[in-house]
Amino acid sequence: MTPGPMIEVAHLQVRYGNREVLKDISLEVGRNEVLGIIGPAQSGKTTLLRVLNRTLDEVPGVVITGVVKVDGEEVHQVKDLFALRRKIGMVAPLPVGLPLSIFENVAFAPRMAGIRKRSELEERVERCLRQATLWDEVKDRLHSLGTRLSGGQQQRLTIARALSHDPKILCLDEFSVAIDPVTTMRIEDVLKSLRSQMTIVLATNLVQQARRLADRTGFLFNGDLVEVDRTEVIFSDHPASRRTYEYVNGIFG
Amino acid sequence: MQKAARSIQTRPRWEVVTETAIEWLIRLCGISAILFVFGIFFFVFREGSGFLFHGFNIREFFLSPAWYPNSQSHVRYGALALMAGTASVTVLAMLIAVPFGIGAAIFVSEFCGTRMKETLKITIELLAAIPSVVWGFIGLTVMNSLIINLFGVPIGLNVLNGGLILALMSVPIIVSIGEDALKAVPDTYREAALALGVTRWQLVYRVLLPGAKNGLLAAVLLGVGRAVGETMAVLMATGHAVNIPTSVMDSVRTLTATIAAELGEAPVHSDHYQVLFIIGILLFSITFVVNLAADLIVRGVRSK
Amino acid sequence: MFEATSLTRRKQLSEFMARTLFLLMTLLMVVPLLLIVGYLVYRAWPILSLDFLLTNPKHGMRAGGIWSPLLGTIYLVVISLALATPIGVLAAVFLNEYARENWFTRVVNLAVLNLAGVPSIVHALFGLGAFVLFARLGKSILAASLTLAIMTLPVIIASTKEALAAVPKAFREACWNVGATRWQTIRHIVLPNSVSGILTGVILQVSRAAGETVPIMFTGAVFFKAIEEGHFFAYGLFDQCMALSMHLFTISTQVPDVPTALPYGTAVVLLSTVLAVNALSIMVRIRLRSRRKW
Repeated sequence: MTPGPMIEVAHLQVRYGNREVLKDISLEVGRNEVLGIIGPAQSGKTTLLRVLNRTLDEVPGVVITGVVKVDGEEVHQVKDLFALRRKIGMVAPLPVGLPLSIFENVAFAPRMAGIRKRSELEERVERCLRQATLWDEVKDRLHSLGTRLSGGQQQRLTIARALSHDPKILCLDEFSVAIDPVTTMRIEDVLKSLRSQMTIVLATNLVQQARRLADRTGFLFNGDLVEVDRTEVIFSDHPASRRTYEYVNGIFG
Repeated sequence: MQKAARSIQTRPRWEVVTETAIEWLIRLCGISAILFVFGIFFFVFREGSGFLFHGFNIREFFLSPAWYPNSQSHVRYGALALMAGTASVTVLAMLIAVPFGIGAAIFVSEFCGTRMKETLKITIELLAAIPSVVWGFIGLTVMNSLIINLFGVPIGLNVLNGGLILALMSVPIIVSIGEDALKAVPDTYREAALALGVTRWQLVYRVLLPGAKNGLLAAVLLGVGRAVGETMAVLMATGHAVNIPTSVMDSVRTLTATIAAELGEAPVHSDHYQVLFIIGILLFSITFVVNLAADLIVRGVRSK
Repeated sequence: MFEATSLTRRKQLSEFMARTLFLLMTLLMVVPLLLIVGYLVYRAWPILSLDFLLTNPKHGMRAGGIWSPLLGTIYLVVISLALATPIGVLAAVFLNEYARENWFTRVVNLAVLNLAGVPSIVHALFGLGAFVLFARLGKSILAASLTLAIMTLPVIIASTKEALAAVPKAFREACWNVGATRWQTIRHIVLPNSVSGILTGVILQVSRAAGETVPIMFTGAVFFKAIEEGHFFAYGLFDQCMALSMHLFTISTQVPDVPTALPYGTAVVLLSTVLAVNALSIMVRIRLRSRRKW
């Protein structure tokens, strides 16, 4: 196990053609830490997360410069891109159930990674669905279509999917945007139970969510990482930047 | 957690190798269309190039109506009459197909309920599926008798026959692309016009037709391309006379029909054979340009 | 309440006239066709029977049935689509899933469009020059099928592309997020959910391949060839064959004194096969659309 921070970002700049989306971002995330990222819409939160698992590469015309290291390895130089992506679990804002059975949804990632034995897959699927607190609701219909679940259930399904490949980092991108408050709370409890096992990066437009869950919080505004510090500091009366105080207290945003 | 992390192995090697091979195959298939287009041009050109550069008289080809490839004494390859044949049938076909096709497109797009729309669209799809040899047969039998009886002429295989058949063949393409063009006119135009209290007729004439004119033009161009390239139907319906038509009751021969009718008998690699391939190059170039123009116009529409 | 003013009445009249005009224009295209088809069936009626389908043409094609052309058409359709479908599907996969948005991709798309617009006679010339002569296949079922395959390729590419594009991007992103490769995503999620669209395109091309005359005229279809009746494997890959479309052409233009029902019968069989296959494709499209998994 390599020592050092789980995620290291230094002077990261992301452009789409001429438009700068992330300007000179530098931060570190320690192992088993929960980092919250807050900021208004279009500040670059999604972009930052997608740089980590390199799904940003798919965007035509994107230019990424700077250093991005996950678990000690520079992400743009890893030998196996897909192993990198399996190290990171990603939860998108809109719940997505793949057009497969619920079982196959969660078995998909391990299957693609090479695990084919039925018993192993069954064990994994049950474990991940339990962790995502979805097991009890679906255990009797594991072979029905994942797309027929409700939004909140599909988001928990996504989390189960994200956990199915044993990630070291779990990234959540505004996961509560399209689901009901009850499910949001349930998922927050899930995150609390996971924090001892993995590093969590939580991008959110709900500042209170960061306050509840994050050890440290970063404020991303218009592509700039305005400040990043312990959560208590960010939410106190004296964060390093005035703008942070204004955003956190709803004066704008 | 460490133990579980190690249990996600990488995939078996043979699987990765197969995947790489498949992805190369995909890339190869991807460029196949380019290869085939070039291939078509190359091979057609190849068969005709010998004569094209040694002895082919371009002036005669384009300007003389004297087409006598099998003459014992004086072989001439004047294709003007053939071009006139193609042009006359195409023009007549378009004069009929364009107004009716666009009219039908307007009906389907603006005046139709959903139920009738589905039915009509399916009917037009089926119309488009009719093979050209069946159209030719219809021209040879049904249209032939109709024209003889209606107009009192001795032979019913002529420009009129071919033009009518080609019109029926081109309508589906004009209707379907025309309908796409009308659909592409933003609903806001329609809503604004109707809010101003115009009649439907005015809406069509003053708002939709001008708004969709690029797409409609593309539809017409593609219809022209279809008509120029059609072989079997005109071969069977226009008669066999190689001459410049003076009326729609004259028999003609098109460029396409000439190739089809004479290629079987021309000895391979003879001058006659090669001239037929040269006609093929001409046809390919015409339809290439027409399709390119239509595509550029449609691209212009979509980028707005 | 509101009395209709004369302006309103004029508008209603204008609306009614516009509607009627365009309706008439549409019907004028459709109704004559239905009448023609009815007439063809009427003239063909005396000869339509199972026997007609299973007997060979006899007496210099003035009697008998259409077995050998029917079998030939089946061979040509099956072989040409067996060639065109994999290439077309993979080409569409390339264009929709792998190709980046650059000038090269635009050229490829343009090539597909232009291939679609090539007249059938030029395909015939190409087939003659490339397969019959250059590749030394001679006039054969193989050469004719290759020619037909290239002709049907663009539509298969286009309808596959449409089917692939209908699969939401979110599915692909979800797969990439869990570490699936591009091909794994395509193979397990994208392609299986595009089957209905692909099938629609392929079925449509069945009818096209069955109906075309010119591309096979000079590459492998022939005026007459004697084969055994009722025997499915009567043709070889390098044989020439008869074909329904070609047969209709020959007995209506090249053979004198054919009893009238014969060509009408051939036309009706060809037409109904083509229309039935197209109707099948439409039904597949409608049915599978309702069984979508999302």
